[in-house]
Amino acid sequence: MTQILHPTQRDGVPATQTAAQPRALHYSKPPVHLQQTADGYTLEVELPGITKSSLELTVEDGQLTILGHRSADDESPKTVRYWHQERGPGNFKRVFDLDPAIDASSISASIEQGLLTIRLPKAEAHQPRKIEVK
Amino acid sequence: MKLINYRPLNQDIYSPFDRLHSLRDLFDSAFALASQESRLRPGTWNPALDIYENDSSLFVEVELPGMKKEDFDISLEDDVLTVSGQRSQENENRSGESFRSERVFGQFRRSFTLPVAVQAEAVKAAYQDGVLRIELPKAEEAKPRKIEVGIA
Repeated sequence: MTQILHPTQRDGVPATQTAAQPRALHYSKPPVHLQQTADGYTLEVELPGITKSSLELTVEDGQLTILGHRSADDESPKTVRYWHQERGPGNFKRVFDLDPAIDASSISASIEQGLLTIRLPKAEAHQPRKIEVK
Repeated sequence: MKLINYRPLNQDIYSPFDRLHSLRDLFDSAFALASQESRLRPGTWNPALDIYENDSSLFVEVELPGMKKEDFDISLEDDVLTVSGQRSQENENRSGESFRSERVFGQFRRSFTLPVAVQAEAVKAAYQDGVLRIELPKAEEAKPRKIEVGIA
């Protein structure tokens, strides 16, 4: 039987910062599932604890950057004692180089229950096209 | 013993010990051993969890992104809390070829002995943003108590 012996005396979550301190954030790399279809890519990213408002997605110079920040806990660090901690600080970052065939302006994304799904369609010119023979 | 957190990096690796795992399972079921630790069985995974407390409650948070609350189960028996469930791939989206598959799927089960006494009937759980948060209010005797010092 598993047994937890005693709580550590460490207070709260390491990533919680006060306004006076500079942010020295630690980012974890979230697991993803990437799939390619004829008309584009679908990327699923696991971001537990991240909401739409704490998520930043940017595309720049052919790179997609996914950033998720854990919002400050409602428990103030001083009143919380940890028995066991496996979750990281809760900030996520992942960068992908995009296939040039992707049409950056039509990338769309949605997040539900911590799972971010990004659709990256290929530009029309790159999609397989049937050619009618008259 | 400590809680084991094992995150398999790639479920596609063929394990030559597959048969041994199923042999162990055979013995387990024969002797009806209560499985208190999550094992490294193929097709299973261990979600990360945190356990912390304040003066009034014990909290357990489990990272389970991309699931529905019907897909997992929480049970409290004596002083052992078990969170178990199944995460399956949504097949209707899997029509293309996969490039990179780092997400894990399948069954999971985490159980542990609670470090403090709790009020079993007051346990609450919520699933939000892919995190399952269980709040277990402490039993009266487990709460810190102020002791008045009288002058004799």
